[in-house]
Amino acid sequence: MPSDPRMQEQELIPHLFRTEYSKIVAVLCHSFDLRHLEIAEDIASETFLKATEIWGIKGVPENPAAWLYTVAKNKVKDYFKHNAVVERQVKEAMKLNDIEAALEFEFSHQNIADSQLAMIFSVCNPENSTDTQICLALQILCGFSVEEIANAFLTNPETIKKRLHRGRVNLRNGNFQIKGLSDLEVKVRSESVLKTLYLLFNEGYFSKTNDHSIRKDLCSEAIRLALILTENVLTNTAQANALLALMYFQSSRFDARTNEKGEVVLLEDQDRGLWDQGLIERGNHYLVNAYEGKEVSRYHLEAAIAYWHTTPTGENKWQHILQLYNQLILVEYSPVTALNRAFAFGKVYGCEKGIEEAEKLNLNDNSHYYSLLGYLYAGVDVDRAVSHYKQAIALTRSRVEAETLAKEVRRLGERKDENL
Amino acid sequence: MKDFLLIYRADYSTYPSSKPDRSPEEMQALTQKWMNWVAGIAAQEKLIDRGNRLVYSGKVLKSNGSVSDGPYTEIKESIMGYSLIKAGSLEEASGLAQGCPILSYDGSVEVREINAI
Repeated sequence: MPSDPRMQEQELIPHLFRTEYSKIVAVLCHSFDLRHLEIAEDIASETFLKATEIWGIKGVPENPAAWLYTVAKNKVKDYFKHNAVVERQVKEAMKLNDIEAALEFEFSHQNIADSQLAMIFSVCNPENSTDTQICLALQILCGFSVEEIANAFLTNPETIKKRLHRGRVNLRNGNFQIKGLSDLEVKVRSESVLKTLYLLFNEGYFSKTNDHSIRKDLCSEAIRLALILTENVLTNTAQANALLALMYFQSSRFDARTNEKGEVVLLEDQDRGLWDQGLIERGNHYLVNAYEGKEVSRYHLEAAIAYWHTTPTGENKWQHILQLYNQLILVEYSPVTALNRAFAFGKVYGCEKGIEEAEKLNLNDNSHYYSLLGYLYAGVDVDRAVSHYKQAIALTRSRVEAETLAKEVRRLGERKDENL
Repeated sequence: MKDFLLIYRADYSTYPSSKPDRSPEEMQALTQKWMNWVAGIAAQEKLIDRGNRLVYSGKVLKSNGSVSDGPYTEIKESIMGYSLIKAGSLEEASGLAQGCPILSYDGSVEVREINAI
Protein backbone atom coordinates (compact mmCIF):
# COMPACT_ATOMS: atom_id res chain seq x y z
CA MET A 1 0.00 0.00 0.00
CA PRO A 2 1.30 3.46 -0.80
CA SER A 3 2.16 5.44 2.32
CA ASP A 4 0.63 8.73 1.19
CA PRO A 5 -3.14 8.36 1.55
CA ARG A 6 -3.77 11.17 -0.92
CA MET A 7 -1.74 9.43 -3.62
CA GLN A 8 -3.64 6.26 -2.99
CA GLU A 9 -6.95 8.05 -3.17
CA GLN A 10 -6.02 9.71 -6.45
CA GLU A 11 -5.59 6.36 -8.12
CA LEU A 12 -8.34 4.51 -6.34
CA ILE A 13 -11.28 6.84 -6.81
CA PRO A 14 -11.27 7.08 -10.63
CA HIS A 15 -10.87 3.31 -10.82
CA LEU A 16 -13.69 2.68 -8.35
CA PHE A 17 -15.81 5.26 -10.09
CA ARG A 18 -15.50 3.37 -13.36
CA THR A 19 -16.33 0.02 -11.87
CA GLU A 20 -18.78 0.88 -9.10
CA TYR A 21 -20.69 3.90 -10.40
CA SER A 22 -22.44 1.95 -13.15
CA LYS A 23 -23.19 -0.92 -10.75
CA ILE A 24 -24.82 1.40 -8.25
CA VAL A 25 -26.87 3.13 -10.95
CA ALA A 26 -27.96 -0.21 -12.42
CA VAL A 27 -29.01 -1.68 -9.08
CA LEU A 28 -30.94 1.47 -8.14
CA CYS A 29 -32.71 1.57 -11.50
CA HIS A 30 -33.45 -2.11 -11.30
CA SER A 31 -34.95 -1.69 -7.83
CA PHE A 32 -37.01 1.35 -8.73
CA ASP A 33 -37.72 2.37 -12.28
CA LEU A 34 -35.76 3.44 -15.30
CA ARG A 35 -37.62 6.74 -15.25
CA HIS A 36 -35.65 7.48 -12.13
CA LEU A 37 -32.34 7.14 -13.96
CA GLU A 38 -31.31 10.72 -13.15
CA ILE A 39 -32.12 10.23 -9.46
CA ALA A 40 -30.08 7.04 -9.44
CA GLU A 41 -27.20 8.89 -11.05
CA ASP A 42 -27.46 11.75 -8.55
CA ILE A 43 -27.38 9.30 -5.67
CA ALA A 44 -24.37 7.50 -7.15
CA SER A 45 -22.57 10.83 -7.69
CA GLU A 46 -23.35 12.02 -4.15
CA THR A 47 -22.06 8.71 -2.86
CA PHE A 48 -18.74 9.26 -4.57
CA LEU A 49 -18.60 12.85 -3.41
CA LYS A 50 -19.00 11.66 0.16
CA ALA A 51 -16.36 9.01 -0.39
CA THR A 52 -13.90 11.63 -1.61
CA GLU A 53 -14.55 13.81 1.42
CA ILE A 54 -14.46 11.13 4.10
CA TRP A 55 -11.70 8.96 2.67
CA GLY A 56 -9.56 12.06 2.30
CA ILE A 57 -9.74 12.58 6.05
CA LYS A 58 -10.13 9.11 7.52
CA GLY A 59 -8.40 7.05 4.86
CA VAL A 60 -9.87 4.43 2.58
CA PRO A 61 -11.99 1.76 4.29
CA GLU A 62 -11.02 -1.89 4.11
CA ASN A 63 -13.77 -2.76 1.66
CA PRO A 64 -14.36 0.40 -0.38
CA ALA A 65 -17.06 -1.14 -2.60
CA ALA A 66 -19.14 -2.31 0.37
CA TRP A 67 -18.72 1.15 1.95
CA LEU A 68 -20.05 2.77 -1.23
CA TYR A 69 -23.02 0.38 -1.37
CA THR A 70 -23.99 1.14 2.23
CA VAL A 71 -23.81 4.89 1.66
CA ALA A 72 -25.81 4.60 -1.57
CA LYS A 73 -28.47 2.54 0.17
CA ASN A 74 -28.79 5.06 3.00
CA LYS A 75 -29.01 7.90 0.53
CA VAL A 76 -31.88 6.15 -1.24
CA LYS A 77 -33.71 5.75 2.06
CA ASP A 78 -33.13 9.41 2.89
CA TYR A 79 -34.37 10.39 -0.50
CA PHE A 80 -37.62 8.51 -0.13
CA LYS A 81 -38.14 9.53 3.51
CA HIS A 82 -37.67 13.14 2.59
CA ASN A 83 -39.63 13.08 -0.62
CA ALA A 84 -42.42 10.74 0.45
CA VAL A 85 -43.83 13.61 2.47
CA VAL A 86 -43.30 16.22 -0.16
CA GLU A 87 -44.02 14.31 -3.29
CA ARG A 88 -46.38 11.55 -2.26
CA GLN A 89 -49.07 12.98 -4.48
CA VAL A 90 -46.92 13.09 -7.56
CA LYS A 91 -45.32 9.69 -7.28
CA GLU A 92 -47.46 8.06 -9.90
CA ALA A 93 -44.87 5.47 -10.75
CA MET A 94 -44.79 3.57 -7.50
CA LYS A 95 -47.00 3.02 -4.50
CA LEU A 96 -45.49 3.56 -1.08
CA ASN A 97 -45.71 -0.19 -0.36
CA ASP A 98 -43.72 -0.87 -3.51
CA ILE A 99 -41.13 1.64 -2.47
CA GLU A 100 -40.76 0.02 0.93
CA ALA A 101 -40.38 -3.38 -0.71
CA ALA A 102 -37.91 -1.99 -3.20
CA LEU A 103 -35.86 -0.45 -0.40
CA GLU A 104 -34.98 -3.97 0.74
CA PHE A 105 -32.68 -4.30 -2.29
CA GLU A 106 -29.18 -5.57 -1.86
CA PHE A 107 -25.89 -5.12 -3.60
CA SER A 108 -25.32 -8.86 -3.86
CA HIS A 109 -23.27 -10.25 -6.72
CA GLN A 110 -26.42 -11.73 -8.22
CA ASN A 111 -28.42 -8.54 -7.95
CA ILE A 112 -25.62 -6.50 -9.49
CA ALA A 113 -25.33 -8.95 -12.40
CA ASP A 114 -29.11 -9.05 -12.96
CA SER A 115 -29.38 -5.28 -12.74
CA GLN A 116 -26.56 -4.68 -15.17
CA LEU A 117 -28.02 -7.18 -17.61
CA ALA A 118 -31.41 -5.46 -17.45
CA MET A 119 -29.65 -2.13 -17.89
CA ILE A 120 -27.81 -3.36 -21.00
CA PHE A 121 -31.13 -4.32 -22.55
CA SER A 122 -32.67 -0.96 -21.64
CA VAL A 123 -29.84 1.08 -23.04
CA CYS A 124 -29.60 -0.81 -26.33
CA ASN A 125 -32.88 0.59 -27.53
CA PRO A 126 -33.24 0.47 -31.33
CA GLU A 127 -35.23 3.73 -31.11
CA ASN A 128 -31.83 5.38 -30.75
CA SER A 129 -29.18 5.42 -33.46
CA THR A 130 -26.32 3.00 -32.91
CA ASP A 131 -23.97 5.91 -32.18
CA THR A 132 -26.32 7.15 -29.49
CA GLN A 133 -26.64 3.65 -28.07
CA ILE A 134 -22.87 3.40 -27.81
CA CYS A 135 -22.65 6.79 -26.07
CA LEU A 136 -25.41 5.83 -23.63
CA ALA A 137 -23.73 2.49 -23.00
CA LEU A 138 -20.44 4.23 -22.25
CA GLN A 139 -22.06 6.68 -19.88
CA ILE A 140 -24.65 4.54 -18.12
CA LEU A 141 -23.12 1.07 -18.29
CA CYS A 142 -19.44 1.93 -18.17
CA GLY A 143 -19.31 5.12 -16.09
CA PHE A 144 -17.45 7.17 -18.72
CA SER A 145 -17.53 10.95 -18.42
CA VAL A 146 -18.82 13.10 -21.27
CA GLU A 147 -15.21 14.23 -21.90
CA GLU A 148 -13.97 10.68 -22.13
CA ILE A 149 -16.72 9.75 -24.60
CA ALA A 150 -15.99 12.86 -26.67
CA ASN A 151 -12.33 11.90 -26.66
CA ALA A 152 -13.11 8.38 -27.86
CA PHE A 153 -15.31 9.67 -30.69
CA LEU A 154 -12.90 12.53 -31.51
CA THR A 155 -15.70 15.03 -31.20
CA ASN A 156 -16.53 17.84 -28.79
CA PRO A 157 -18.29 17.34 -25.46
CA GLU A 158 -21.25 19.50 -26.54
CA THR A 159 -22.12 17.12 -29.39
CA ILE A 160 -21.93 14.16 -27.04
CA LYS A 161 -24.05 15.95 -24.43
CA LYS A 162 -26.77 16.61 -27.01
CA ARG A 163 -26.64 13.05 -28.26
CA LEU A 164 -26.91 11.70 -24.72
CA HIS A 165 -29.78 14.01 -23.92
CA ARG A 166 -31.82 12.92 -26.94
CA GLY A 167 -31.01 9.31 -26.20
CA ARG A 168 -32.19 9.60 -22.62
CA VAL A 169 -35.47 11.18 -23.68
CA ASN A 170 -36.07 8.18 -25.93
CA LEU A 171 -35.25 5.79 -23.11
CA ARG A 172 -37.75 7.49 -20.81
CA ASN A 173 -40.44 7.51 -23.49
CA GLY A 174 -39.68 3.96 -24.52
CA ASN A 175 -41.61 2.61 -21.53
CA PHE A 176 -39.13 -0.19 -21.32
CA GLN A 177 -39.25 -1.76 -17.89
CA ILE A 178 -35.93 -2.54 -16.42
CA LYS A 179 -37.47 -4.91 -13.88
CA GLY A 180 -37.51 -8.55 -14.91
CA LEU A 181 -36.24 -9.49 -18.34
CA SER A 182 -38.63 -11.78 -20.14
CA ASP A 183 -37.82 -14.33 -22.82
CA LEU A 184 -39.62 -12.21 -25.37
CA GLU A 185 -37.76 -9.00 -24.51
CA VAL A 186 -34.48 -10.86 -24.74
CA LYS A 187 -35.41 -12.20 -28.18
CA VAL A 188 -36.56 -8.84 -29.49
CA ARG A 189 -33.59 -6.87 -28.19
CA SER A 190 -30.75 -9.38 -28.49
CA GLU A 191 -29.72 -8.37 -31.97
CA SER A 192 -29.52 -4.73 -30.97
CA VAL A 193 -27.60 -5.54 -27.78
CA LEU A 194 -25.02 -7.68 -29.57
CA LYS A 195 -24.56 -5.11 -32.30
CA THR A 196 -24.01 -2.29 -29.81
CA LEU A 197 -21.44 -4.31 -27.87
CA TYR A 198 -19.77 -5.27 -31.15
CA LEU A 199 -19.58 -1.62 -32.22
CA LEU A 200 -18.43 -0.54 -28.78
CA PHE A 201 -15.56 -2.99 -29.06
CA ASN A 202 -14.74 -1.85 -32.60
CA GLU A 203 -14.86 1.77 -31.50
CA GLY A 204 -11.99 0.90 -29.19
CA TYR A 205 -10.18 -1.48 -31.50
CA PHE A 206 -10.31 0.58 -34.68
CA SER A 207 -10.75 3.89 -32.91
CA LYS A 208 -10.17 7.28 -34.44
CA THR A 209 -8.48 8.41 -31.26
CA ASN A 210 -4.81 7.74 -30.63
CA ASP A 211 -5.32 7.59 -26.89
CA HIS A 212 -4.14 4.06 -26.25
CA SER A 213 -5.61 3.77 -22.75
CA ILE A 214 -9.09 4.94 -23.77
CA ARG A 215 -9.09 2.47 -26.62
CA LYS A 216 -8.12 -0.37 -24.33
CA ASP A 217 -10.81 0.70 -21.85
CA LEU A 218 -13.49 0.61 -24.53
CA CYS A 219 -12.45 -2.91 -25.52
CA SER A 220 -12.33 -4.23 -21.99
CA GLU A 221 -15.69 -2.64 -21.16
CA ALA A 222 -17.24 -4.33 -24.22
CA ILE A 223 -15.82 -7.65 -23.02
CA ARG A 224 -17.11 -7.08 -19.50
CA LEU A 225 -20.63 -6.41 -20.78
CA ALA A 226 -20.53 -9.39 -23.17
CA LEU A 227 -19.45 -11.57 -20.24
CA ILE A 228 -22.55 -10.46 -18.33
CA LEU A 229 -24.61 -11.81 -21.24
CA THR A 230 -22.92 -15.21 -21.13
CA GLU A 231 -23.39 -15.46 -17.37
CA ASN A 232 -27.19 -15.47 -17.59
CA VAL A 233 -29.13 -18.44 -18.98
CA LEU A 234 -31.52 -16.18 -20.87
CA THR A 235 -28.80 -14.37 -22.76
CA ASN A 236 -26.10 -17.01 -22.99
CA THR A 237 -26.72 -17.57 -26.69
CA ALA A 238 -24.49 -18.98 -29.41
CA GLN A 239 -24.16 -15.50 -30.89
CA ALA A 240 -23.14 -13.95 -27.56
CA ASN A 241 -20.44 -16.62 -27.18
CA ALA A 242 -19.26 -16.04 -30.74
CA LEU A 243 -19.06 -12.29 -30.14
CA LEU A 244 -17.09 -12.80 -26.95
CA ALA A 245 -14.70 -15.20 -28.72
CA LEU A 246 -14.17 -12.55 -31.40
CA MET A 247 -13.42 -9.89 -28.79
CA TYR A 248 -10.90 -12.09 -26.97
CA PHE A 249 -9.09 -13.05 -30.18
CA GLN A 250 -8.86 -9.43 -31.27
CA SER A 251 -7.77 -8.28 -27.80
CA SER A 252 -4.97 -10.84 -27.74
CA ARG A 253 -3.26 -8.78 -30.46
CA PHE A 254 -3.92 -5.41 -28.89
CA ASP A 255 -0.34 -4.69 -27.87
CA ALA A 256 1.20 -6.21 -30.99
CA ARG A 257 -0.86 -4.25 -33.51
CA THR A 258 0.65 -0.85 -32.86
CA ASN A 259 4.30 0.03 -32.42
CA GLU A 260 5.72 2.47 -29.90
CA LYS A 261 4.91 5.37 -32.25
CA GLY A 262 1.26 4.35 -32.41
CA GLU A 263 1.55 3.16 -36.02
CA VAL A 264 -0.47 0.16 -37.08
CA VAL A 265 1.54 -3.04 -37.53
CA LEU A 266 0.01 -5.43 -40.08
CA LEU A 267 -0.90 -8.86 -38.78
CA GLU A 268 1.85 -10.62 -40.70
CA ASP A 269 4.51 -8.26 -39.36
CA GLN A 270 3.41 -8.50 -35.74
CA ASP A 271 5.63 -9.97 -33.07
CA ARG A 272 3.74 -13.11 -32.09
CA GLY A 273 5.53 -13.07 -28.77
CA LEU A 274 3.39 -10.06 -27.87
CA TRP A 275 0.14 -11.94 -28.48
CA ASP A 276 -1.61 -12.70 -25.23
CA GLN A 277 -1.95 -16.49 -25.10
CA GLY A 278 -4.32 -16.32 -22.13
CA LEU A 279 -6.78 -14.24 -24.13
CA ILE A 280 -6.44 -16.56 -27.14
CA GLU A 281 -7.33 -19.51 -24.92
CA ARG A 282 -10.40 -17.69 -23.63
CA GLY A 283 -11.32 -16.97 -27.24
CA ASN A 284 -11.01 -20.67 -28.04
CA HIS A 285 -13.23 -21.54 -25.07
CA TYR A 286 -16.06 -19.27 -26.19
CA LEU A 287 -15.64 -20.22 -29.85
CA VAL A 288 -16.18 -23.88 -28.96
CA ASN A 289 -19.30 -22.89 -26.98
CA ALA A 290 -20.54 -20.82 -29.91
CA TYR A 291 -20.33 -23.73 -32.32
CA GLU A 292 -22.26 -26.15 -30.14
CA GLY A 293 -25.46 -25.47 -32.05
CA LYS A 294 -26.02 -25.26 -35.76
CA GLU A 295 -26.33 -21.49 -35.93
CA VAL A 296 -23.73 -19.59 -37.94
CA SER A 297 -24.05 -15.82 -37.47
CA ARG A 298 -21.80 -13.02 -38.62
CA TYR A 299 -20.17 -13.13 -35.18
CA HIS A 300 -19.40 -16.83 -35.67
CA LEU A 301 -17.76 -16.06 -39.01
CA GLU A 302 -15.79 -13.11 -37.70
CA ALA A 303 -14.66 -15.07 -34.64
CA ALA A 304 -13.61 -17.98 -36.87
CA ILE A 305 -11.57 -15.59 -39.05
CA ALA A 306 -9.98 -14.08 -35.94
CA TYR A 307 -9.22 -17.62 -34.76
CA TRP A 308 -7.40 -18.46 -38.02
CA HIS A 309 -5.32 -15.33 -37.59
CA THR A 310 -4.03 -16.70 -34.29
CA THR A 311 -2.70 -19.84 -36.03
CA PRO A 312 0.64 -20.11 -37.81
CA THR A 313 0.57 -19.73 -41.58
CA GLY A 314 -0.10 -23.14 -43.05
CA GLU A 315 -1.04 -24.41 -46.47
CA ASN A 316 -4.78 -23.88 -46.14
CA LYS A 317 -4.97 -21.03 -43.66
CA TRP A 318 -5.79 -18.34 -46.20
CA GLN A 319 -8.17 -20.57 -48.13
CA HIS A 320 -10.13 -21.06 -44.88
CA ILE A 321 -10.07 -17.33 -44.22
CA LEU A 322 -11.20 -16.55 -47.77
CA GLN A 323 -14.10 -18.98 -47.54
CA LEU A 324 -15.16 -17.42 -44.24
CA TYR A 325 -15.06 -13.96 -45.81
CA ASN A 326 -17.11 -15.32 -48.71
CA GLN A 327 -19.76 -16.44 -46.25
CA LEU A 328 -19.55 -13.21 -44.28
CA ILE A 329 -20.10 -11.00 -47.33
CA LEU A 330 -23.14 -13.10 -48.21
CA VAL A 331 -24.57 -12.57 -44.72
CA GLU A 332 -24.00 -8.82 -44.72
CA TYR A 333 -22.27 -6.48 -47.12
CA SER A 334 -19.82 -3.98 -45.75
CA PRO A 335 -16.91 -2.22 -47.49
CA VAL A 336 -14.52 -3.49 -44.81
CA THR A 337 -15.55 -7.10 -45.40
CA ALA A 338 -15.29 -6.61 -49.18
CA LEU A 339 -11.75 -5.23 -48.81
CA ASN A 340 -10.63 -7.92 -46.37
CA ARG A 341 -12.04 -10.54 -48.68
CA ALA A 342 -10.05 -9.16 -51.62
CA PHE A 343 -6.92 -9.21 -49.44
CA ALA A 344 -7.54 -12.87 -48.58
CA PHE A 345 -8.21 -13.56 -52.27
CA GLY A 346 -4.78 -12.17 -53.09
CA LYS A 347 -3.22 -14.34 -50.37
CA VAL A 348 -4.74 -17.49 -51.88
CA TYR A 349 -4.51 -16.84 -55.61
CA GLY A 350 -1.67 -14.32 -55.82
CA CYS A 351 -1.51 -10.55 -55.96
CA GLU A 352 -2.59 -10.23 -59.59
CA LYS A 353 -5.85 -12.11 -58.98
CA GLY A 354 -6.24 -10.09 -55.80
CA ILE A 355 -5.92 -6.87 -57.81
CA GLU A 356 -8.63 -8.03 -60.24
CA GLU A 357 -10.93 -8.82 -57.33
CA ALA A 358 -10.13 -5.56 -55.52
CA GLU A 359 -10.53 -3.29 -58.56
CA LYS A 360 -14.09 -4.53 -59.06
CA LEU A 361 -15.02 -2.97 -55.74
CA ASN A 362 -14.71 0.62 -56.98
CA LEU A 363 -14.67 2.07 -53.47
CA ASN A 364 -13.22 5.29 -54.81
CA ASP A 365 -13.71 7.41 -51.70
CA ASN A 366 -12.30 4.81 -49.31
CA SER A 367 -8.68 5.23 -48.20
CA HIS A 368 -8.44 1.53 -47.33
CA TYR A 369 -9.41 0.64 -50.89
CA TYR A 370 -6.35 2.48 -52.16
CA SER A 371 -4.02 1.20 -49.46
CA LEU A 372 -5.12 -2.36 -50.31
CA LEU A 373 -4.38 -1.72 -53.99
CA GLY A 374 -1.05 -0.19 -52.98
CA TYR A 375 -0.23 -3.33 -51.03
CA LEU A 376 -1.29 -5.67 -53.84
CA TYR A 377 0.55 -3.70 -56.54
CA ALA A 378 3.77 -3.46 -54.51
CA GLY A 379 5.15 -6.71 -55.95
CA VAL A 380 3.65 -6.19 -59.42
CA ASP A 381 4.04 -2.54 -60.40
CA VAL A 382 5.84 -0.23 -57.97
CA ASP A 383 4.75 3.00 -59.66
CA ARG A 384 1.10 2.09 -59.47
CA ALA A 385 1.57 0.92 -55.89
CA VAL A 386 3.01 4.32 -54.98
CA SER A 387 0.24 6.25 -56.71
CA HIS A 388 -2.42 4.17 -54.93
CA TYR A 389 -0.72 4.71 -51.59
CA LYS A 390 -0.61 8.44 -52.29
CA GLN A 391 -4.31 8.40 -53.08
CA ALA A 392 -4.91 6.62 -49.76
CA ILE A 393 -2.88 9.26 -47.92
CA ALA A 394 -4.96 12.00 -49.55
CA LEU A 395 -8.19 10.35 -48.44
CA THR A 396 -7.42 9.21 -44.91
CA ARG A 397 -8.45 11.31 -41.96
CA SER A 398 -6.13 9.50 -39.59
CA ARG A 399 -2.75 11.12 -39.12
CA VAL A 400 -1.19 7.89 -37.90
CA GLU A 401 -2.48 5.99 -40.92
CA ALA A 402 -1.12 8.66 -43.24
CA GLU A 403 2.30 8.36 -41.59
CA THR A 404 2.28 4.57 -41.83
CA LEU A 405 1.39 4.79 -45.53
CA ALA A 406 4.02 7.47 -46.19
CA LYS A 407 6.61 5.16 -44.70
CA GLU A 408 5.51 2.45 -47.11
CA VAL A 409 5.83 4.86 -50.04
CA ARG A 410 9.40 5.72 -48.94
CA ARG A 411 10.24 2.03 -48.60
CA LEU A 412 8.97 1.32 -52.12
CA GLY A 413 10.94 4.30 -53.45
CA GLU A 414 14.15 3.00 -51.87
CA ARG A 415 13.53 -0.46 -53.23
CA LYS A 416 13.10 0.97 -56.68
CA ASP A 417 16.35 2.94 -56.42
CA GLU A 418 18.22 -0.22 -55.46
CA ASN A 419 16.93 -2.00 -58.54
CA LEU A 420 17.92 0.76 -60.92
CA MET B 1 -30.40 -0.25 -60.72
CA LYS B 2 -32.41 -3.07 -62.28
CA ASP B 3 -32.86 -6.61 -61.07
CA PHE B 4 -31.66 -9.55 -63.13
CA LEU B 5 -32.16 -13.28 -62.92
CA LEU B 6 -29.21 -15.48 -63.72
CA ILE B 7 -30.23 -18.94 -64.90
CA TYR B 8 -27.52 -21.58 -64.83
CA ARG B 9 -27.77 -24.42 -67.31
CA ALA B 10 -25.56 -27.46 -67.80
CA ASP B 11 -25.63 -31.09 -68.77
CA TYR B 12 -26.50 -33.06 -65.67
CA SER B 13 -24.70 -36.15 -66.95
CA THR B 14 -21.34 -34.40 -67.10
CA TYR B 15 -21.64 -31.81 -64.30
CA PRO B 16 -19.27 -32.75 -61.44
CA SER B 17 -21.82 -32.79 -58.63
CA SER B 18 -23.88 -35.44 -60.43
CA LYS B 19 -20.97 -37.70 -61.29
CA PRO B 20 -21.08 -40.90 -59.24
CA ASP B 21 -17.28 -41.15 -58.93
CA ARG B 22 -16.77 -37.57 -57.69
CA SER B 23 -14.25 -37.18 -54.91
CA PRO B 24 -14.75 -35.04 -51.81
CA GLU B 25 -11.83 -32.88 -53.01
CA GLU B 26 -13.57 -32.30 -56.35
CA MET B 27 -16.76 -31.31 -54.57
CA GLN B 28 -14.91 -28.99 -52.24
CA ALA B 29 -13.12 -27.35 -55.15
CA LEU B 30 -16.46 -26.90 -56.92
CA THR B 31 -18.05 -25.32 -53.83
CA GLN B 32 -15.06 -22.99 -53.47
CA LYS B 33 -15.36 -21.86 -57.10
CA TRP B 34 -19.04 -21.06 -56.70
CA MET B 35 -18.50 -19.32 -53.37
CA ASN B 36 -15.63 -17.23 -54.74
CA TRP B 37 -17.71 -16.19 -57.69
CA VAL B 38 -20.98 -15.40 -55.92
CA ALA B 39 -19.20 -13.68 -53.02
CA GLY B 40 -17.31 -11.62 -55.63
CA ILE B 41 -20.67 -10.26 -56.78
CA ALA B 42 -21.79 -9.68 -53.18
CA ALA B 43 -18.52 -7.80 -52.56
CA GLN B 44 -19.60 -5.33 -55.24
CA GLU B 45 -22.93 -4.95 -53.45
CA LYS B 46 -24.68 -6.38 -56.51
CA LEU B 47 -26.10 -9.60 -55.13
CA ILE B 48 -29.79 -9.65 -54.19
CA ASP B 49 -30.18 -13.36 -53.50
CA ARG B 50 -27.59 -16.03 -54.07
CA GLY B 51 -30.51 -18.24 -55.10
CA ASN B 52 -30.50 -22.02 -55.06
CA ARG B 53 -29.60 -25.18 -56.84
CA LEU B 54 -32.33 -27.36 -58.29
CA VAL B 55 -32.88 -31.05 -57.56
CA TYR B 56 -32.14 -33.40 -60.44
CA SER B 57 -35.57 -35.00 -60.74
CA GLY B 58 -38.68 -33.11 -61.84
CA LYS B 59 -41.87 -33.31 -63.88
CA VAL B 60 -42.93 -31.50 -67.02
CA LEU B 61 -46.62 -30.88 -67.68
CA LYS B 62 -47.80 -30.13 -71.18
CA SER B 63 -50.94 -28.69 -72.78
CA ASN B 64 -51.94 -32.07 -74.19
CA GLY B 65 -52.27 -33.37 -70.66
CA SER B 66 -49.07 -35.37 -70.66
CA VAL B 67 -46.88 -35.45 -67.57
CA SER B 68 -43.34 -36.62 -68.12
CA ASP B 69 -40.33 -37.10 -65.87
CA GLY B 70 -37.89 -34.27 -65.83
CA PRO B 71 -36.76 -31.84 -68.47
CA TYR B 72 -33.42 -33.58 -68.79
CA THR B 73 -34.39 -36.50 -71.02
CA GLU B 74 -34.86 -34.35 -74.07
CA ILE B 75 -32.56 -31.38 -73.70
CA LYS B 76 -28.86 -31.42 -73.03
CA GLU B 77 -28.93 -28.29 -70.91
CA SER B 78 -31.05 -28.45 -67.79
CA ILE B 79 -31.56 -25.63 -65.37
CA MET B 80 -29.16 -26.26 -62.49
CA GLY B 81 -29.93 -23.21 -60.40
CA TYR B 82 -30.47 -19.48 -60.32
CA SER B 83 -29.42 -16.25 -58.58
CA LEU B 84 -30.73 -12.71 -58.42
CA ILE B 85 -28.41 -9.77 -58.97
CA LYS B 86 -28.75 -6.06 -59.58
CA ALA B 87 -26.99 -3.97 -62.21
CA GLY B 88 -27.34 -0.69 -64.08
CA SER B 89 -27.83 -2.35 -67.44
CA LEU B 90 -28.08 -5.70 -69.18
CA GLU B 91 -24.47 -5.23 -70.28
CA GLU B 92 -23.28 -4.72 -66.72
CA ALA B 93 -25.31 -7.73 -65.59
CA SER B 94 -23.71 -9.91 -68.27
CA GLY B 95 -20.33 -8.59 -67.17
CA LEU B 96 -21.07 -9.76 -63.63
CA ALA B 97 -22.07 -13.16 -64.99
CA GLN B 98 -18.61 -13.56 -66.56
CA GLY B 99 -16.47 -15.99 -64.66
CA CYS B 100 -19.46 -18.04 -63.52
CA PRO B 101 -18.14 -21.54 -62.71
CA ILE B 102 -20.85 -23.18 -64.82
CA LEU B 103 -19.05 -21.82 -67.91
CA SER B 104 -16.05 -24.00 -67.19
CA TYR B 105 -18.28 -27.10 -67.27
CA ASP B 106 -19.69 -26.51 -70.74
CA GLY B 107 -22.74 -24.88 -69.22
CA SER B 108 -24.35 -21.50 -69.86
CA VAL B 109 -25.73 -18.52 -67.97
CA GLU B 110 -28.84 -16.80 -69.18
CA VAL B 111 -29.16 -13.19 -68.00
CA ARG B 112 -32.70 -11.81 -67.92
CA GLU B 113 -33.96 -8.52 -66.60
CA ILE B 114 -36.82 -8.89 -64.15
CA ASN B 115 -40.01 -7.23 -65.29
CA ALA B 116 -41.64 -6.70 -61.91
CA ILE B 117 -45.37 -7.36 -61.70
